Amino acid sequence: MKLNRNTILTIITLIVIVLLLFLGETFLNPYYKRILNLCAIYAMFAVTFNLIFGYTGQFSLGHAGFAAIGAYTAALLTLSPDQKAVNFFLKPIVPLLEKVEAPFIIALIAGGLLTTVISLLIAWPALRLRGDYLAIATLGFSEIIRVLLVNMQSLTNGALGLKGIPGYTNLFWSWGCLAVCIFVVKRLVDSSYGRAMSAVRDDEVAAEVLGVNLFMHKMMAFGVSSFFVGVAGGLMANLISTIDPKVFLFTLTYQIVGVTVMGGMGSLTGSVISACLYTVFLEALRPLESQFTIGSITIPGIPGMRMVIFSILLLLVILFYRKGLMGRNEFSWDGLFRFFRRITKKDEKATEGKKS
Amino acid sequence: MTTLLEVKNLTKRFGGLTAVNNFSTSLVRGELCALIGPNGSGKTTIFNVITGIYEPTEGQIFFNQEDISGKRPDYITKQGIARTFQNIRLFKGLNVLENVIVGKHLRINSDPASAVFHLPKYLEEEKEMRKTGMTLLESLGLDRFAHEEPTSLPYGLQRKLEIARALATEPKLLLLDEPAAGMSPSDSEELMTFIQHILDSFDLTIFLIEHQMRVVMGICPRIIVIDHGEKIAEGNPEQIQNNDRVIEAYLGVVEHA
Repeated sequence: MKLNRNTILTIITLIVIVLLLFLGETFLNPYYKRILNLCAIYAMFAVTFNLIFGYTGQFSLGHAGFAAIGAYTAALLTLSPDQKAVNFFLKPIVPLLEKVEAPFIIALIAGGLLTTVISLLIAWPALRLRGDYLAIATLGFSEIIRVLLVNMQSLTNGALGLKGIPGYTNLFWSWGCLAVCIFVVKRLVDSSYGRAMSAVRDDEVAAEVLGVNLFMHKMMAFGVSSFFVGVAGGLMANLISTIDPKVFLFTLTYQIVGVTVMGGMGSLTGSVISACLYTVFLEALRPLESQFTIGSITIPGIPGMRMVIFSILLLLVILFYRKGLMGRNEFSWDGLFRFFRRITKKDEKATEGKKS
Repeated sequence: MTTLLEVKNLTKRFGGLTAVNNFSTSLVRGELCALIGPNGSGKTTIFNVITGIYEPTEGQIFFNQEDISGKRPDYITKQGIARTFQNIRLFKGLNVLENVIVGKHLRINSDPASAVFHLPKYLEEEKEMRKTGMTLLESLGLDRFAHEEPTSLPYGLQRKLEIARALATEPKLLLLDEPAAGMSPSDSEELMTFIQHILDSFDLTIFLIEHQMRVVMGICPRIIVIDHGEKIAEGNPEQIQNNDRVIEAYLGVVEHA
């Protein structure tokens, strides 16, 4: 195989990333590790939302509910029988799950598959709706899932949630799953099926009379997307080690929508960048919520202050980059080199201007 | 001469409004037939029912002797009916070539998994799609714009691109909904020559809607006129031009003093 510059650069970058992950896993303190893990998980949420909305044009607000299914499945499969006994003290767990303990990878895949099945069952009637109506219907389903989690006590431990989930998620798991997710989604949207999905987004009627089976393509986008949402949910459960239904409120969906819009609808690079920025910023802004002084003014700690600041940042992004940070562009080496050449040319012009 | 399309007693009602009333016609293979009528006479509704966008309230549509009434649009397209729209409906997020090869997607054999994992069979198909797409663009003189955005093309070329996109589905019957809408007289004349050209070179049957009678007189041997959802006349241009009901529909009733 002939190696060109870009392939070599890609391989080098991948090796560097793996090395960095390795170094991070060994030397970083748990707090930073957790932030990096969350970056990958949120990136998965954003990438999958992009597949449904950015590429296929279906405004679905079911992400929080779907993530919950994945998280609970993975949690119930990885919790040790002893821990389950500790958790379910109000009402015993269903006998079927009492003794089950599966390896992490099986738990993640099972979470993904179950999420896919349930999301397709939901999508089957919901995808007859379009636009805002689909959004409302999926939001409703997502809430139904959450309410079921609260009430199916022998399965989910209800509002008490699940505690002591083993922390299997590390940087390799989370970034590895993100890599697989991006690979699959990118290859899919670049394929003939992806073109058909974009056609559905741009004009359903025209796509239909060109022979695109609307239902099948929407379901496909939904299925692939929710599989990875489920996996991301599982990663999240095994990262934060305690989950309860309140983690999966509809605000999670709104965060995902915000992150995706900020990154750019139809840009996976944008989704990843924006998810990382979001997670890091949210942590960096944490001091704002405790008491601090600017000059002579003392501002008392207001919980939720960082969300206010974050909303302002989001507004600024939308104001200056109307199509999100990346628009519909993806990262490419050629693009990067073009970018650098433009900058250096500008510098040259500036210096020339000064000379003359 | 075999019948390709047969519309039998088609009626379409929207609530209390009857858009098409008991409309029947048939098209033979290789024919170029025009459907004309004043604004709101139900021309586009007939197209929408034939292509499956609307279900017929009453009546049947046969294509190649198969009853296609009420079938899904993508199924009907697969059987060999393609169409264009009155208001151009190109895919803005895809470039010109991609717009055309979306029309090739319905004949794909590879499943999504082999597309994701780039199995040789899929790559072969993708290459073939792009090749035939380019050939099609070349034959219509659009190949220079293959990688441009469709909205950057001038209006006339956007119309042509929409026809190219429809041709990509390899239709036997092409429905053109006001292809000359919004064009200057000289441009629409050129377009009619273009339509005659694709009729001959793609082994097609064409059914076209036109608002202005003048445009179709030159090229269509057979014209159907509808008004208020009902067929009022059918025949060659000369017969149509001298038909009293047609004149009445277009110009109103002549009042005698």
